[in-house]
Amino acid sequence: MTSSQLLSIITFVYAAAGFAYLAGWIFKKDLPGKIGTGLAVAAVVGNLGGILLRWRESYALGIGHAPLSNLYESLVFFALTIGLLYLYLEYRYHNRTIGAFAMPLAFLAMAYASLTPIISDRIQPLVPVLKSNWLIAHVMACFIGYAAFAIAFGVSIMYFFRGSGGAQPDSLLQRLPSDKILDELTHQLVMFGFLWLTAGIITGAVWANSAWGRYWGWDPKETWSLITWLIYAALLHFRLMRGWRGKRIAMLSVVGFMAVLFTYFGVNLLPGLHSYGSFGG
Amino acid sequence: MRSNTKQLPGFFDGLWQFFASVKLTVVVLLALALTSIIGTLIPQNQPLEEYYQAFGDFLFRVFAVLDLYNMYNAWWFQLLLALLILNIIVCSIDRLSSLSKIVFVRHPRFSLKRFRKAKPNHSFRAPGDADTLLETYQAVVKRHFRYQRVETVDGATCIYAEKGRWTRLGVYVVHFSIVLLIIGAMIGSLFGFEGFVNIPEGEGTDTIRMRNNPALGMRLPFEIHCDDFHMETWPNGAPKLFRSSLRLVQNGKTIYQKDIVMNDPIRFQGINVFQSSYGELPPDRRAQTGADNDRVPESFDLQLTSADSGMTYTKTARIGDAIDLPEGLGSFTVEEYVPDMQFGGQDLGPALRGRLNPATGEAREVTLPLRFPNFDKMRQGKVVIAVANTPNERFTPPSPTEKRYYTGLQVTRDPGVSVVYLAFIMMIAGCAITFFMSHRQIYVELGAAGQVRVAGIANKNPLGLERHIERLADHLAAATEDG
Ligand code: HEM
Repeated sequence: MTSSQLLSIITFVYAAAGFAYLAGWIFKKDLPGKIGTGLAVAAVVGNLGGILLRWRESYALGIGHAPLSNLYESLVFFALTIGLLYLYLEYRYHNRTIGAFAMPLAFLAMAYASLTPIISDRIQPLVPVLKSNWLIAHVMACFIGYAAFAIAFGVSIMYFFRGSGGAQPDSLLQRLPSDKILDELTHQLVMFGFLWLTAGIITGAVWANSAWGRYWGWDPKETWSLITWLIYAALLHFRLMRGWRGKRIAMLSVVGFMAVLFTYFGVNLLPGLHSYGSFGG
Repeated sequence: MRSNTKQLPGFFDGLWQFFASVKLTVVVLLALALTSIIGTLIPQNQPLEEYYQAFGDFLFRVFAVLDLYNMYNAWWFQLLLALLILNIIVCSIDRLSSLSKIVFVRHPRFSLKRFRKAKPNHSFRAPGDADTLLETYQAVVKRHFRYQRVETVDGATCIYAEKGRWTRLGVYVVHFSIVLLIIGAMIGSLFGFEGFVNIPEGEGTDTIRMRNNPALGMRLPFEIHCDDFHMETWPNGAPKLFRSSLRLVQNGKTIYQKDIVMNDPIRFQGINVFQSSYGELPPDRRAQTGADNDRVPESFDLQLTSADSGMTYTKTARIGDAIDLPEGLGSFTVEEYVPDMQFGGQDLGPALRGRLNPATGEAREVTLPLRFPNFDKMRQGKVVIAVANTPNERFTPPSPTEKRYYTGLQVTRDPGVSVVYLAFIMMIAGCAITFFMSHRQIYVELGAAGQVRVAGIANKNPLGLERHIERLADHLAAATEDG
């Protein structure tokens, strides 16, 4: 089996895990939730296996490099970090309903990578500018950050769910974590993501300086990552103002994640050339 | 007069409060985010004629007044940055004076009232006499907290302890790093330069052109000689390696020598020389012998891939031909052959330029670099066009005399980089401290009849504190059982 085939299968394991979590939540049963956890663990293990296999395949092709060099590979890594981060949260907060919101995000990332024809899953050789350890650090840091923002987005959506439905004792919302915990969780995830995004932008700057002799050039992709960073910095400061917790923070977390998505997918529509991610498409 | 002297301090006080407020921070951060978008929608620092053509007379003037063609250097954008810096400095001074009373003291203050009201708390009964209990508990607390002291209040004995006082400074490290970052960037723009130069193999020069104003030349303190340019390609035609063998020459003497590749530049006397691009010399600069295998092909095979069906079709066209696109997607005209296509400051090598007339939507210019068959995918249009007769064989000419390359070098000097890197390190460290560490204070109260109470307060992360208190209470209870 090739890594691409394995990863296509994993796509559906993520979907199945999402459905199991959803079923556990809707039917208020423990068993589907436990199955969800099993599937999520399987998906994460398979996802990691797929990445390692792909790494080996690239060496077999004689163009060996870490599998973090194009859109396909970064999406697969994105799904892995979402899966890992989610499982940690499940372990830490003992609540499986978050899985019903987080697993679909991992599924979407994998589905976009594996199932759409515009994204090539071929292992491509590295063009010279991408031969840098800073690049590997850059991609990993960015995607760990993006994964945290993605789950924060999921948690913020949960927050809106809760807000709209009241809390009758038998409602579905009863099983969601309390709005206070959701708010706290959003904050924790945004802080975690902010740290990694900061590290991602910094390693990117160091890479650019080693490749082109400038650490910042206001190219659209750089600028959009800065815009994302500024939005989340604003979110962190909004929390310091009285009365701005809860709903408005959740809203900003949604806006921030939209900026993440635009940084990643939208920027290629803009005029300009960011060598990473466009040639590789 | 009198009321004036009274108002003045009030006015400055108000101004101070304005610049110290977090509201201003949020407004400025979001304003920076929003305005930054403009510069990604309007390509920056292009020739003015292009803006004029794209926007028309009126918009062109409006945008020019607002400096939107170089907006990240525009006065209003720099003003926003200055506001941010002022905000950070005033806010930090404002808070540091009260914070220093918490952080820079020998004996921290503990408030029994706050501990007694604190939410995460545990109570249990412990056997034994108060003195041995105190001793055992002090030993346990010592393992978790660096600072502790014992006080007797209202007949109860309390162990106070704390740790992580200094972590309150983390956020100031973050804020200071922003100031440092901007100072470093200013040093770079005041005392540094960013230039480029193309040097043919076997030649040298000491004059480079400025990146932001190519008409402007600059003399370097040495000459750069390119002895050899070497490139390798992957089987699919993508570049694998470019390497220039360079020599720096001063007063006729070679003072430095190095082969540079991408990501491994020359750094010499504060000046950096980077491999950034390459290209073929135009025919008139080339040795005359046998250069004819390099002439422009008569016709080009175009591969047309439909995004909807995924099907690929091949059609042949000459310069000036218009071809119909498959699946009724419109038509495409091949307009010209460009030997050295420049795109976003990169040299893409030979390329075709053409005009795409889609079935729906507006006609647009399309660039098809021969070496990058995937290039047109970036456009994300309904049809992806690639030139199929990618002349891979051109990269390994049978005889080196037939073809000459020039190496494209980026030459920069930036004395602010070390300041910026220091800011980077501080920013990461400060964020890590601020986000994941906290200032925690706890107390253990030994009341009458072996009643023990453990409680704590922290400046953040209440959930973490709760677990911490729980663990500590367990340890304490266990210690007395053993004793
Ligand atoms: C790009 C600029 C800035 C960045 C990256 C930044 C970053 C941060 C971070 C990461 C935190 C910690 C937030 C948390 O614990 O949740 C923070 C807190 C804070 N920031 Fe900023 N900040 C910036 C600008 C400013 C400015 C201009 C001010 C001026 C008023 C300011 C005032 C504060 C205050 C008062 C706190 C809370 C400190 C505390 O918890 O004691 N920040 N900032």
